[in-house]
Amino acid sequence: MSAGHPALASDVAGSYTVELPAPDDFDFWRDRARVLLQCDVPPDQVVWIEPGAGGDLFAVTARSLPVPQDPHRTVRASKRFLTLAKNVALHSDADRFALLYRLLWRHRSNPRIMEDRADPDVRRAEELDKAVRRDSHKMHAFVRFRLLDEGGEEHYVAWFEPEHHIVRANAGFFMRRFANMRWSILTPKGCLHWDGVTMREGPPASRSDAPDGDPVEDLWRSYYASIFNPARLKVGAMLKEMPKRYWKNMPEASLIPALVAGAQARESRMVEAGALEFEEKPDTLEGVSKAIHGCRKCPIGLLENTAVMGEGPREAMLMIVGEQPGDQEDQSGRPFVGPAGQLLDFHLQKAGIDRSQAYVTNAVKHFKYTPRGRRRIHQSPAAKEIDTCRWWLESERALVRPKLILAMGASAARALLGKTVSIARVRGQPQMLEDGSELWITAHPSYLLRLDGPARDAQTGMFDADLHAVRERLRELEGV
Amino acid sequence: MTEQTILQKLEILADAAKYDASCASSGTAKRDSRSGKGVGSTEGMGICHAYAPDGRCISLLKVLLTNHCIFDCHYCINRKSSNVRRARFSPQEVVDLTLNFYRRNYIEGLFLSSGIIKSSNHTMEQLVEVARLLREEHDFRGYIHLKTIPDADPELVHQAGLYADRVSINVELPTDAGLTRLAPDKDARQIEGAMGGVKLAISQARDEKKRFRHAPRFAPAGQSTQMIVGADSATDADIVGKASRLYDSYRLRRVYYSAFSPIPDASAVLPLKRPPLIREHRLYQSDWLMRFYGFAPREVMQATEDDGNLPLDIDPKLAWALKFREQFPLDVNRASREQLLRVPGLGVHAVDRILASRRHRNLRLEDVGKLTVSIGKVRPFICAADWRPTGLTDKVDLRRLLAPKAEQLELFAA
Repeated sequence: MSAGHPALASDVAGSYTVELPAPDDFDFWRDRARVLLQCDVPPDQVVWIEPGAGGDLFAVTARSLPVPQDPHRTVRASKRFLTLAKNVALHSDADRFALLYRLLWRHRSNPRIMEDRADPDVRRAEELDKAVRRDSHKMHAFVRFRLLDEGGEEHYVAWFEPEHHIVRANAGFFMRRFANMRWSILTPKGCLHWDGVTMREGPPASRSDAPDGDPVEDLWRSYYASIFNPARLKVGAMLKEMPKRYWKNMPEASLIPALVAGAQARESRMVEAGALEFEEKPDTLEGVSKAIHGCRKCPIGLLENTAVMGEGPREAMLMIVGEQPGDQEDQSGRPFVGPAGQLLDFHLQKAGIDRSQAYVTNAVKHFKYTPRGRRRIHQSPAAKEIDTCRWWLESERALVRPKLILAMGASAARALLGKTVSIARVRGQPQMLEDGSELWITAHPSYLLRLDGPARDAQTGMFDADLHAVRERLRELEGV
Repeated sequence: MTEQTILQKLEILADAAKYDASCASSGTAKRDSRSGKGVGSTEGMGICHAYAPDGRCISLLKVLLTNHCIFDCHYCINRKSSNVRRARFSPQEVVDLTLNFYRRNYIEGLFLSSGIIKSSNHTMEQLVEVARLLREEHDFRGYIHLKTIPDADPELVHQAGLYADRVSINVELPTDAGLTRLAPDKDARQIEGAMGGVKLAISQARDEKKRFRHAPRFAPAGQSTQMIVGADSATDADIVGKASRLYDSYRLRRVYYSAFSPIPDASAVLPLKRPPLIREHRLYQSDWLMRFYGFAPREVMQATEDDGNLPLDIDPKLAWALKFREQFPLDVNRASREQLLRVPGLGVHAVDRILASRRHRNLRLEDVGKLTVSIGKVRPFICAADWRPTGLTDKVDLRRLLAPKAEQLELFAA
């Protein structure tokens, strides 16, 4: 086992100095480490230095390496050590080669040393390995190419500042990814040039060697700003993964301070634009009535009009929903009192439904119109306006809790279903709503008012039939 | 109206896509551009090319083909009845953007989704056309994630899977009632039917690949889905249950959670509050517990409080441990891997390190401290060679001792 050099073991005065030809030359380190180990040189007698790192300071004690008696004597290291060491060698820490040699030396007494994760040397090696892998990963991620047009030939050039000596080790990644592009990566730790066939390495470069812009960066910056959601600001999480030191070479990073500063303002605008003051639904009908009078959430609320609250018993079994108040309703402040209301009353009576027992309301609480001279001409509410006002209808539903809801017309149907349906297709078929109530849909009485002749007769017949079915169903429900 | 520029379209269509949480580019087949004419490689690990100030990774060019939509889903900014600015890319424009970004190393690939225009089939055809152009005309070998339209022709979904690395269909809401209420044009059964179809195609393609070397790949990075959290009344228990059912039934790679964000021009049907980001975070943690820590969905649900939601002040693993204190303390020198994974504060890495180190030494508390991030959190639940948490494990106010101090959101750190 021990074919040591007696001369070396006693020679404590001088240490050996190994100067590496390149800061990332793992193979060179491995060769020298093997020789030293074969000669049983303990770690405290070797000084490892990088090129240019104060070489002359050690020149005094520098000695040529010993020659092992048996150059074929095997030096063993675990697989885990080798994987780790290849990365550790790329770290910028000045003591990395000494650490690696010490660990290799310690393998002799404990071949499974790498498994002892609580050992300080093992932990240090793991930390360095992790830092190098992270730096490589950030290089894959944060290199930004800029396109140069060199006499009709495209050349993609990037400037990148790695923390460790990782440039050569990552050439393969960029070659595999951009095999058919001509590209260069310039760094202060050396350069890579790929022409589509061969890889060339170059000396360190400076930032001024790289191009300073690319028109596509405007698109990229605008993408970066648009994909960011101001409602979820998490600056810490961003900084952890994209530390500031990388920012100066990333075209999108210049936007960050403004995006962060503007985020809160943008978020509150988003909420305001949607929400206004009603975060909680009112818990009484009076509360709803009060709130709708103050509602300016859609353009209808801004017209010259009065909100019209639903009316009827608080515990009504039947809720009748129309479209919106008309001119007369607006003036009287009560639902269904105009021509359509009178027609409704007539048909309810005919069907045997007592209006005073029903809660009658509208999908939209304000009268929408366009002024024409002195007259106000009815306008149908837009889908968005119905959806906005759905909040109030749902408040009323939650308080009255009817067992059956009769929606008259497409607007009312939308307010209850959230989507636009065809009356002809859905009438006569009750649907179960989320809260367990039953929804029946029929035409709006004002539709009947607009028809003439046989068409009106046919529609009136259907309207009566719908009301009749509702009456029958109400009796069944009462029986339960 | 004047024609919109690419820049204007990109602003609108990227903005419209930001509510999709997924940006993963990992776990697909390994390939590179050396044997081809185009660009691109995928090497297993995904790469995040940038991070936005919302802390989210930017890995893919995530855009919609168009934000015109004939659907009217209340939580969606692109709903038919919303007033947002609309735009539409041609397939070629998306292809050019993808390649221009990719060649400059901004992205890993493309995540393409779309509002529904004309019909589901028409929309799906357009999405597939983008993927086809990239793969066939430009020999693009980067990552492609296509969002599929649930009721599109299965043949189109199949083509999508042949070009894309990953396909996804969003279940949108954790409960069917929520979907009916907030996405009246969508149908839960149709969504799950389409997921079932994709699962079948993926497993068939895997099987064929084993027999025939040249059998085409189908979505090698699998399928995923997304659920919106906080837009309806579903509890965390509902959500965890739904997610685990989806994992089991459709062999999903991931279920993404998206805290409902107040969106401009939202419908009044929705709660308009700050998005429940912590809740989203807790759900992801519970997802992790099920995927990497050997927790059964039932056990995660045990960690919920009386209202069916996970506690917000502590993580679900700690919540579970506090409820089942009789299982602790565990001896770090003897307990099995499965047991140690249950200790709050010990991650998968820390557990593996403990298992490796304890072969070499009898671990003391100090050693454990070196192997994990926060020994303070771990201490009440373990025994070591020189440590026994006498009484500590059973302390009534342990939760208060371990819950992190309430912090202000870090708003102006940058």
